[in-house]
Amino acid sequence: MADLTTHFAGVTSPNPFWLASAPPTNTGGQVMRAFEAGWGGAVWKTLGKPITNVSSRFGALDYAGKKVAGFTNIELITDRPISVNLREMEEVKKRFPKHALIASLMVETREEWKELIKQVEDVGSDAIELNFGCPHGMCERGMGSAVGQEPKVLEKITGWAKEFSRIPVIVKLTPNITDVTVPAAAAKRGGADAVSLINTIKSIVGVDLDKFVPYPTVGTRSSNGGYCGPAVKPIALNMVGAIARNPNTQGLPISGIGGIADWRDAAEFILMGSGSVQVCTAVMHYGYRIIDDMIQGLSDYMDSKGFKAVSDMVGKAVPNFTDWGQLDLNYHHVAEIHPEHCISCNLCVVACDDGGHQCIALAEKAGFANKHAPVVNEPECVGCNLCQLVCPSPGAITMRQDERPKHQHSHF
Amino acid sequence: MMARQDQVLPTVLPDERLEKLFTDFKPAYDEFEAVEEANRCINCYEAPCIRSCPTAINIPQFIRRIASGNVRGAARTILESNILGLSCAQACPVEVLCVGACVYNNLNKKPIAIGKLQRYAVEQAYDRDWQYFQPGRATGKKVALIGSGPASLACAHELRLKGHETVVFEREAVPGGLNTSGIAPYKMKAEVSMREVDRIARMGVRFEYSQELGRNLSLEKLLGEYDAVFLGMGLGEDSQLEMPGGTSPGVHGAVDFISRIKLARAGSLSEIKNSRCVLVVGGGNTALDACRELKGLGIPQVIVSYRRDEGSMSGYSHEYKAALQEGVEFWFHTVPTQIEKVDGRLRIKLQTTSQTSDGKLKNLDGFRTLEADLVLAATGQAKLERLFSEIKGLTFDKGKLKANTDTGQTSHPKIFAAGDLVNGGKEVVNAVAEGKRAAGGIHTLLSKGA
Repeated sequence: MADLTTHFAGVTSPNPFWLASAPPTNTGGQVMRAFEAGWGGAVWKTLGKPITNVSSRFGALDYAGKKVAGFTNIELITDRPISVNLREMEEVKKRFPKHALIASLMVETREEWKELIKQVEDVGSDAIELNFGCPHGMCERGMGSAVGQEPKVLEKITGWAKEFSRIPVIVKLTPNITDVTVPAAAAKRGGADAVSLINTIKSIVGVDLDKFVPYPTVGTRSSNGGYCGPAVKPIALNMVGAIARNPNTQGLPISGIGGIADWRDAAEFILMGSGSVQVCTAVMHYGYRIIDDMIQGLSDYMDSKGFKAVSDMVGKAVPNFTDWGQLDLNYHHVAEIHPEHCISCNLCVVACDDGGHQCIALAEKAGFANKHAPVVNEPECVGCNLCQLVCPSPGAITMRQDERPKHQHSHF
Repeated sequence: MMARQDQVLPTVLPDERLEKLFTDFKPAYDEFEAVEEANRCINCYEAPCIRSCPTAINIPQFIRRIASGNVRGAARTILESNILGLSCAQACPVEVLCVGACVYNNLNKKPIAIGKLQRYAVEQAYDRDWQYFQPGRATGKKVALIGSGPASLACAHELRLKGHETVVFEREAVPGGLNTSGIAPYKMKAEVSMREVDRIARMGVRFEYSQELGRNLSLEKLLGEYDAVFLGMGLGEDSQLEMPGGTSPGVHGAVDFISRIKLARAGSLSEIKNSRCVLVVGGGNTALDACRELKGLGIPQVIVSYRRDEGSMSGYSHEYKAALQEGVEFWFHTVPTQIEKVDGRLRIKLQTTSQTSDGKLKNLDGFRTLEADLVLAATGQAKLERLFSEIKGLTFDKGKLKANTDTGQTSHPKIFAAGDLVNGGKEVVNAVAEGKRAAGGIHTLLSKGA
């Protein structure tokens, strides 16, 4: 069985699965239960000056009957006294010395950073994570994503943290920015040992059609939230990959975050350059118990691929992630429909007609009145893949590599 | 049915109907179930379910509307294609129509419960009294419709949309034809049909009751008074069992007997209460409905005798399987030849038959006897050809009135027809589709004159 022990930017944990700084890491009791369930690390709910939270504070995007495809929150940092948090953190570290305990911090002045870093170091934290990502509430006060969006400020505060800290410093980045490699590079310049991303995406998850108030509704008003959950995974994967392959940030350890719900998601983040992964929404939805499948699934996958350690697979997909201009324009494939698997839903036909390249026809319109499966006009097929993506029947549409027809070259 | 101020129906169904003993074989969806099921639909393009619906309801469209929370729109989609969308949702043999065509069958997945979704949408529309239709501007043209079953109702509704005046003449005191009196009660109760008739009546369709062609209604007279006449009176009485004792007390036509269960018509209750064994003769859907209804009413032994083999039954196989599960006995290659009244029960002599390779039946020497309390004949219904002897120019084919498939026009230019009378006995949904098409034919005729 593969060894899941993870060494990430000077932090060692039994496996690469950490809980992200969020409600599941709000209290010592929770984190201890999580560690007992198998989680390898936990980034504590962000510490800072006491705040008051609102109700409600969560909202969800359901899609086609599936609950919580996306999730949003307007909760702020911890609303419990720092002293209580510190006491609980100390207890957790004593009882779980081999697990990674990371303190997420968000304060304003140099002095505040200095004091808080000392406090969390004293209770045994393995690393600190600077919360430069929160896009709601805290950013209005110049913290969270307000820092993450200002590379110079980010670099300066990272520098302070490095100055005061004897333990590794992880900078948590906001995705609410045009090019995530810019703040990542600033973090590196500031001396960060690692970055973690993505924090949540500024969002409005929906609008109450009767009350005319966005969700989540606080009485009669709402405010933008931070979006996360399965729906944000593609955005996060791109940002992780962008940092992993950018010459300015290459080699900077990345803790991947964003919509990770199972081992498969985690494996993808690791292949795109993450040395550890962090999870929140899936735990908020299903509980700590999902770690069981993540550990088993990743371990089995690593065995099947011959990876002995997590570090063997970190970034394996990064060299294959390039600029569009580096793609092979001569590579061509066409859709092939296999009638024995076709169920005649004709979704490929309408998708190709309206959203593709008009090269799949109903059998009867293509002159095959007695056939049930749609017919591909191969010389016109550009190999876009849309038909295969919408096809509900496994194996009914495959893509076959082929010469690109001459007339298609004229498109370029 | 809830009484309303603008209620135009004169008829109230009796309260003590036996059909009320039945629960729905396919229970209605609530909102959560409907949305969940709707979300399973993959919205096929050129969808096979639409193609298999005689009224061509845009099924993926109405299902998508349910999924998006637009139930009002879902019911609009249904009712614009099929004004009897509520009863069709319950009475249709969806297993061989839309649901049978669902692509999920090809994936070995449970097909979408289209009938239940349709019922949900239209029930919501009726419960909330959402209105979709209003009569067209009056044309001054008048159409008489004979019979108030599905074909006439669909035709009359469509004609009202075009602004033509419509009067429906019904033989019975209750409207709706077989839709009211003939649908198995575990599928649909009579009040569902009444609800639909009520909506159609509110479109300004007038109903005249106890009006029967050949008794107090003359086709010739109607042709004189109306611009067109639509014939939608379905089939005639149940065929009788042609054998000694075939008309003994205790021997009934199945369609007639089902209507007693549905509408509490005289005598049904006591006869059923005292029955220990009932024989149903026939192999079609009426036989299967009747035997399942009898079983549902608690009769210990229900036997269906059919002269041919299992595979030759014209009844739907899903109904046959359900009947078997419910404990109905099937005696194949068996035909009753004689019925005697003995000690208050019926002694039936049944002969064994065999089928030759060319499909012909021959009687064998084997006999068995059965003591039963009731016998229901489900061996077909009479054709109504004789009724029209007074009108010259109507043509028939094997007892079925000939009418143009697209227009419903018979060989008499002012007479249109649809439903069982023309198709020989099909589903409610076929009658609706044909009735609607006939309305188009009538409208074309009436527009020419204008």
